[in-house]
Amino acid sequence: MRFMFIVKSAHAAAPTPELMEAMHKLADREIKAGRMLDNGGLMPLATGAQVRITDRQLSVIDGPFVEAKEVIGGYAIFELHDKEEAVASAVEFMQLHKDYLPGWEGTCEVRAFASRMS
Amino acid sequence: MTGADAHRAILAVWRIEQPRLITSLARMLRDVPLAEELTQDALLVALERWPATGVPEKPGAWLMATAKRRALDQLRRGRMLERKHEMVAWELEAEQQAMPDLDSALDDDIGDELLRLIFTACHPLLSREARAALALRMICGLTTEEIARAFLLPDATIAQRIVRAKRTLAESGLAYETPRGEELSERLSSVLEVVYLIFNEGYTAARGDNWLRPQLCNEALRMGRVLTSIAPLEPEAHGLLALMELNASRTAARTDAVGEPILMLEQNRALWDQVQIRRGMQALGRARELGGAGGVYALQAAIIACHAQARTADDTDWSRIAGLYAELAAVVRSPIIELNRAVAVGMAEGPEVALAMVDRLAHEPALRSYHLLPTVRGDLLHKLGRYAEAGAAFEAAAALAGNRREHDLLTRRAAEAAEAAMSA
Repeated sequence: MRFMFIVKSAHAAAPTPELMEAMHKLADREIKAGRMLDNGGLMPLATGAQVRITDRQLSVIDGPFVEAKEVIGGYAIFELHDKEEAVASAVEFMQLHKDYLPGWEGTCEVRAFASRMS
Repeated sequence: MTGADAHRAILAVWRIEQPRLITSLARMLRDVPLAEELTQDALLVALERWPATGVPEKPGAWLMATAKRRALDQLRRGRMLERKHEMVAWELEAEQQAMPDLDSALDDDIGDELLRLIFTACHPLLSREARAALALRMICGLTTEEIARAFLLPDATIAQRIVRAKRTLAESGLAYETPRGEELSERLSSVLEVVYLIFNEGYTAARGDNWLRPQLCNEALRMGRVLTSIAPLEPEAHGLLALMELNASRTAARTDAVGEPILMLEQNRALWDQVQIRRGMQALGRARELGGAGGVYALQAAIIACHAQARTADDTDWSRIAGLYAELAAVVRSPIIELNRAVAVGMAEGPEVALAMVDRLAHEPALRSYHLLPTVRGDLLHKLGRYAEAGAAFEAAAALAGNRREHDLLTRRAAEAAEAAMSA
């Protein structure tokens, strides 16, 4: 099963070098284990844009944006056996944040790809 | 959480850690089968304790510590007099002293160790079936029951296969090491063969009556990715990954709503997985960059790539496919490849040339009871307007077809040809 992990946080704090190193090692291991297919961090929301439809009107909005709730900071795509394995993997990833970025709060959302097979 | 949920959650955690557990223990104990058993033991301990205590914060370190403790116990109890074990026990003690290795789980590069493990599990000393079972068990972390279900065999058969394979490994006294130089490519082909066997076991079962079969394709793909990332300079590893990715990209289009197979040229190409095709093309490109364009897997991947890149069935570059089959036939002599080449030539240059090729294959012993030979022949004869002969060929093919659906289809085509012969 293919999964996407979406990491969201309201904390703008940049990751510490320690966290970066630990995440890099984890990613390296996951790629070598054939589980991780792709991953990436995203630039801050302020540098992005939103293309929106409201009231049947299409509008393009450039940053900065007012709603600063949880913002997506990065994603990863995995090929895993089942949801349990996905959750275990996400727990391991989040544990790194707990260890190397004390005080950080955020969410790693685990979502299975919609499959045309099932 | 119910008991079953907890069980699955624990198994998932263990599966992530399992290759590292086996490789670390195997390195210390210099005994892969024993390392594998201790890893299983650690799982049993986790299944016993974790439902009550919860999954520990560093499950990998916990499992490793547990497995090492077991290893020590076992060595203390057993043959302590043997020098090898004495040394190993000493090393383990020293490591135990240096505990906790809570963070080391991520610290060393697992690549070389994993490669060593794969080479051991896929040792040419073992039968292909035993290699496949052992690889699924030791590298993918599947249970015996899961492997048995995937191969549609009784649990006991797989269990016995694994036990025998491990005994063979233990008795052979072979070194736990990565082969080098010329031996490497020879041993690698034994690994690739097993990965491809696992893939095909899942892929050629076109009928979707068992959801675990696609899992075999996924396991093979995963192993293929492991091989390309830890042996990145081996062109055939990339070639095989490309072949598997490109074939797997058609999965959603290969069967209809009731699970009946749909032939490639009739598939809805919108259902082909473009992301997977892209990954396959990347792997094929890598194989070529490494000078492996002429490898057996890379050539087959290149053939599938022609299909993957054609927007419609009519856009297929058949002359390129025919050329690739010719190259493939020069590397591996096989009448089945020759027959496939004839089909491609027929599409590229017309039925006449192809028919001559097919007729040259008529006396190949390997094709004597192969229903696709008269099927292809019937198809070519039909295109040439030789309906009576086409009808006879389809009837011969129907008699040889083992599969009900194919038998029906061929009988229908025989009847159509007979009708055409009447009105001609």
